[in-house]
Amino acid sequence: MTHQYPALTAEQKKELSDIALRIVAPGKGILAADESVGHMAKRLNQIGVENTEENRRLYRQILFSADSRVKKCIGGVIFFHETMYQKADDGTPFVQMIKDKGIVVGIKVDKGVVPLAGTDGETTTQGLDGLSERCAQYKKDGADFAKWRCVLKISNNTPSALAIMENANVLARYASICQQNGIVPIVEPEILPDGDHDLKRCQYVTEKVLAAVYKALSDHHVYLEGTLLKPNMVTPGHSCPTKYSPEEIAMATVTALRRTVPPAVPGVTFLSGGQSEEEASINLNAINTCPLLRPWALTFSYGRALQASALSAWRGQRDNAIAATEEFVKRAEVNGLAALGKYEGSGDDSGAAGQSLYVANHAY
Amino acid sequence: MTHQFPALSPEQKKALSDIAQRIVASGKGILAADESVGTMGNRLQRINVENTEQNRRAFREILFSSDASINQSIGGVILFHETLYQKDSSGKPFPALIKEKGIVVGIKLDEGTAPLAGTNGETTIQGLDGLAERCAQYKKDGADFGKWRAVLKITSTTPSQLAIQENANTLARYASICQQHGLVPIVEPEILPDGDHDLQRCQYVTEKVLAAVYKALNDHHVYLEGTLLKPNMVMAGHSCPKKYTPQDVAVATVTTLLRTVPAAVPGICFLSGGQSEEEASVNLNAMNQSPLPKPWKLTFSYGRALQASALAAWVGKSENKKAAQEAFRKRAQINSLACRGQYVVSGKTDAAAMQSLFTASYTY
Repeated sequence: MTHQYPALTAEQKKELSDIALRIVAPGKGILAADESVGHMAKRLNQIGVENTEENRRLYRQILFSADSRVKKCIGGVIFFHETMYQKADDGTPFVQMIKDKGIVVGIKVDKGVVPLAGTDGETTTQGLDGLSERCAQYKKDGADFAKWRCVLKISNNTPSALAIMENANVLARYASICQQNGIVPIVEPEILPDGDHDLKRCQYVTEKVLAAVYKALSDHHVYLEGTLLKPNMVTPGHSCPTKYSPEEIAMATVTALRRTVPPAVPGVTFLSGGQSEEEASINLNAINTCPLLRPWALTFSYGRALQASALSAWRGQRDNAIAATEEFVKRAEVNGLAALGKYEGSGDDSGAAGQSLYVANHAY
Repeated sequence: MTHQFPALSPEQKKALSDIAQRIVASGKGILAADESVGTMGNRLQRINVENTEQNRRAFREILFSSDASINQSIGGVILFHETLYQKDSSGKPFPALIKEKGIVVGIKLDEGTAPLAGTNGETTIQGLDGLAERCAQYKKDGADFGKWRAVLKITSTTPSQLAIQENANTLARYASICQQHGLVPIVEPEILPDGDHDLQRCQYVTEKVLAAVYKALNDHHVYLEGTLLKPNMVMAGHSCPKKYTPQDVAVATVTTLLRTVPAAVPGICFLSGGQSEEEASVNLNAMNQSPLPKPWKLTFSYGRALQASALAAWVGKSENKKAAQEAFRKRAQINSLACRGQYVVSGKTDAAAMQSLFTASYTY
């Protein structure tokens, strides 16, 4: 606690910081295309497509074939391990296709959740064993950032102190190891939207969780300027009877972040967590027009909320590939605008109309 | 950890937030005039003035009866208990004298250090007993903010884990109690400048200490928007052979704060910690000129660094009152410019301003 044994050299710090800033450059966000094999099964099942390696390859090809329009709105793509080593029809490695567009390549490195005995169904996340060697290899193979997802849930007894502390600690270990290998860690402490809790409850829990995460990162000597945060937005539970406006969600979210996320963190890339494509864009836009001072970039790291339309347009048919890619590009551009607070919305409720709905932040 | 039991109502939050904003309004800082009887003794001894209640009253009257325009540089004044109940020569209570200039009145609340057994001479702070009742009374008697100074020191074995955690915890308890009674808590975790450690070492320790402080404040449900931070600047130890520029100090200090202090904190009011009047102004100015982002106000809460010249001009003689007030006004104005990054250092600086005010192991 008294002496510093520097974890990183000045050069290592600069490299990490530069990568992070490239990912969250103004108007840019992340395409989370790192669905595991099992996860892809659900997605493909919904459109009646068989979950084969080839179909997964064809589907990611649709996303990665997007033209240069995505350069200004996509700063990074998160890959699943299998996808890192797949190629397009013409033999171009996916990693190269992405890098050629000036987009940073990322890799999911966690190995899923495991139960915490003695809790009410809570979990921690595994994947630390051999992580250093894996990071070194992924860095050689083209990845410059990584993602690790922890999961917490809100109920009468949760999240418990143990779940919060254990997940924060494991996130910090992962982050520390990544940085040793030149990889920017995206820190993802997701609080699930399941439940009937209201907005205030989610805000309270999010503040407690994020405070614990940043204390752990400090304890583990993680270089904040070379990290990104991927949190949930602060929203009511899915079965909460009360409805909230995008401005209320924005205020609660930005307030929670202002109270817990040090300004040294270059960017916050929200997960979409079950929101529809449009909802996720509208909320992100409201966050970026919130009247509170926001010292970090506030952008997206969306999976479903970037891909839902593309998936339904594709339905596994090669002939639909171009139309599907177009759907993805459209959502990417919309979210790029939302990350700048310039998205007017698709329907009648325009951004300007929503402005007056900001409530003074003393209520949060 | 799962449910919120709100510590404060929205009205209480707004009142606290408004007070904090007023204290650190643009161009304003704090006059720390809360020297205890013993500490005032040291000050008066230097100018050969006897340490009587009357002399202490007389000097404070000189400061507080400054022309009202002092309110453009001074947003708050911290008083010692005795001073809160003293009056000027016309019988007007000091709190009233200060408040009628639109300046917020604060009160020192801690009751000094107590040793931590089993450590290398480290301490914690007393003063929690009956603090709620004292706060309520001080609020009635005109105070709107409190101050509590915790002390840590850098050696090869300190600050220890215990000292950091214990001082962070007492600061958070104090802050929580203050807010319950409408007082904005100034949180002061001072790391002493004693020692020969370099700038990097001070930065490392300050980052660890501040991370612990903000975790503790979060754990204790303290409303950050209704607090202020009073930290040391990040500087080399007083006997460090290496010299650093104001820009070095500025970058090290602001970087530390960006990594640890949430943007929700409205203002950071540095202690001067033994720096000369001029040094304290120049360093504050360098911080505000730094290109690094600053989501909080960076201002001053100076004791010695605002009063040294005034004391030297007064030397206990009532006929020197105007000269003493002018000396104080000058320093206040310079610091006001410094907290906007607009202080242009002139060629000449007088002896009193340059005199190092360092006292080994400084205690109040």
